[in-house]
Amino acid sequence: MSDALDPHAAVATTAGGVATGRLTTADGRPLSRALARSQMRARRRAFLLVLPLLAFILITFVVPIGQMLQRSFHNDGFSRNMPQISAWFAENPRGTDPDEAAWAALAADLTAAAEARTIGVVGTRINYDVPGTRSLFTATGRQVRGGIEPPFREALLEINEAWSSPRLWNAMRVASSPYTVNFYLASMDRTRAEDGSIQKVPPQQQVYGMLFMRTFWLSLLITGLTFLLGFPIAHLLATLPMRKSNLLMILVLLPFWTSLLVRTTSWMVLLQQQGVINDILVWMGVIGGSQRLQMIYNQTGTIIAMTHILLPFMILPLYSVMRTINPSYVRAARSLGATSWTAFRRVYFPQTLPGLGAGALLVFILAVGYYITPALVGGSSGQLISNMIAMHMTDTLNWSMAAALAALLLAAVLILYWVYDRMVGIDNLKLG
Amino acid sequence: MALPTYASPLEKIWHYAYLVICGLIFFFLIAPIVVIIPLSFNAEPYFTFTQRMRSFDPDGYSLRWYRSLLTFGMQNPGADGMAWWLDAWNNANWVKAAKNSIIIGVFSTILATVLGTLAALGLSRPEMPFRRAIMAVLISPMIVPLIITATGMFFFYSNPCELLGIFGLPTNCGRLAGTYAGVILAHATLGIPFVIITVTATLVGFDQSLNRAAASLGASPRRTFFRVTMPLILPGVISGALFAFVTSFDEVVAVLFIAGPEQQTIPRQMWNGIREQISPAILAVATILVLFSIALLTTVELLRRRSERLRGITPH
Repeated sequence: MSDALDPHAAVATTAGGVATGRLTTADGRPLSRALARSQMRARRRAFLLVLPLLAFILITFVVPIGQMLQRSFHNDGFSRNMPQISAWFAENPRGTDPDEAAWAALAADLTAAAEARTIGVVGTRINYDVPGTRSLFTATGRQVRGGIEPPFREALLEINEAWSSPRLWNAMRVASSPYTVNFYLASMDRTRAEDGSIQKVPPQQQVYGMLFMRTFWLSLLITGLTFLLGFPIAHLLATLPMRKSNLLMILVLLPFWTSLLVRTTSWMVLLQQQGVINDILVWMGVIGGSQRLQMIYNQTGTIIAMTHILLPFMILPLYSVMRTINPSYVRAARSLGATSWTAFRRVYFPQTLPGLGAGALLVFILAVGYYITPALVGGSSGQLISNMIAMHMTDTLNWSMAAALAALLLAAVLILYWVYDRMVGIDNLKLG
Repeated sequence: MALPTYASPLEKIWHYAYLVICGLIFFFLIAPIVVIIPLSFNAEPYFTFTQRMRSFDPDGYSLRWYRSLLTFGMQNPGADGMAWWLDAWNNANWVKAAKNSIIIGVFSTILATVLGTLAALGLSRPEMPFRRAIMAVLISPMIVPLIITATGMFFFYSNPCELLGIFGLPTNCGRLAGTYAGVILAHATLGIPFVIITVTATLVGFDQSLNRAAASLGASPRRTFFRVTMPLILPGVISGALFAFVTSFDEVVAVLFIAGPEQQTIPRQMWNGIREQISPAILAVATILVLFSIALLTTVELLRRRSERLRGITPH
């Protein structure tokens, strides 16, 4: 392209930039720099529009979650309130029997913690590792508050024999460092033996692995069920004339807009032993009056209610992809001699895969973190990992454990979210 | 979808079977929501259709559960006239919960909509740097399991300034947990992804040359925004706001973790009711909420059509 024909060059020549041979703007600055500057300004302006929200989300959402997750490996409940014995552990390697200095440090810390009323925090921390020791700390704390005389070993053992337990000392040594991976070990059903090696907990205590597996399988099952139920519906809606499909779409969108608690309540009402479905079954004579089915407060309840609640999240992406599929492809396949099944399998179905992937990933991501529905209709066999996190938060108050479980769950969800973004793109998320 | 003329008998059978299957799935979708409506008029404290209800005996139906929504928590349910209504307005638990839900819902919606719309405008500009990553962060409150969000907020809101300690600043600046402000902020966070999604979707079809035309005719950026951009994206903004409102109106986990007894909302009250003594009063609330969601759904559908008309997209 010659300079004369280039419109930018025309600008440059009128501005007198011919001599240097570089393109400049009217006021003599190089054009490339002016362009870069104006692009920079546009970028800054766009970013400034997003900045308030980004700051808001960072402060009210990202930072709190980060802070919470920090508890999964940082717990200074013991080390902060028991400084002297913590120092002794730091000086003496593992395997050292507690000497009189150690007992003196322990007695001094216990007295101080009892007076500062932090002994409960200390006991709670040790209780995570050695169940039943919280009361040992609080009870001993009450007795030593008035002061304690040497020899400290004998004095403490007189209060409670349990103070000599090697397991207890081991737990105190572990807790004397505020940083620990023990909560992650526990969330994978592992524990530290007395010599510090990692081993599996006894089979009857292996709850977390089982819960993670259950969460995974149930979510997979629910995703499969929403696919089986959602595919025909999405196909019907996509192939009907717009007027009819808009009308039927309301039947999909109404559950989507209805309160989650309302939908969960309806399923409780329907599935109860004295509920509508059992009544109908008895009335039809399918089951006897005494054999009413237990369909709620177990896994069945969780599966049915969650499938119903998550179904629209499968139908909507499938529908929006199916709408764009040109029907002439299937017709062409038929005209070339394919049976309707082959035409569906080889021509139509592959074209729905983007919608299927989007729907399945979304349903799976949402199912993995579900809390309310399993808590209300799941009984004990239908609880998921979220319910365990809630239990540690509100009942056992083992917040570090809750944080470790939350970290593992969050990691799984974020990986899936990343896959979703790669495959589908978050911009393509559609809501009705 | 019409059956092609060349369909074989087997295909015809399959076609009708398919329609029946679809009917059953629609029934599965909608029946649980519809069934609670008649049950909420049950005269007996049962969750099933009694003999009298099945024979359409008027005595089998009553409004007692709706009345109990007003009387539960009242100080003097025996009073009559104006005093009764005043008492219900001031003291009934469900009425208080409804007021809280509306206050929290309205303020969190305003916050989410203003911040979300601004951000969506920025995100829709082609010059936006790190668009994909920032979008992913802003949508994440919808994806991260609620229990994790609520747990994080539980610690953060009980002492929001804890992190200032890193910079040597005072770490004690009051609590957000147990205050209206705390719940409103939490619900705004949860509603923001919905605003972003709906408003960016509206902006996809937005013709940027309209903005340039306004600017070339001498309109200031602010004037361009309010007179050109805003009217065109308004349907999307309102849909987003409705989504944010519904999110807040239906949210219970964050409320369980950070709200105090003063901030009892409808979902929280339902949660308590379901866990403790489930009574058909819950079904009366559920019925009211279903009617509410029908109204919202209608609004959103009308807005969507209006938006498509404004942008010249005819439904295909």
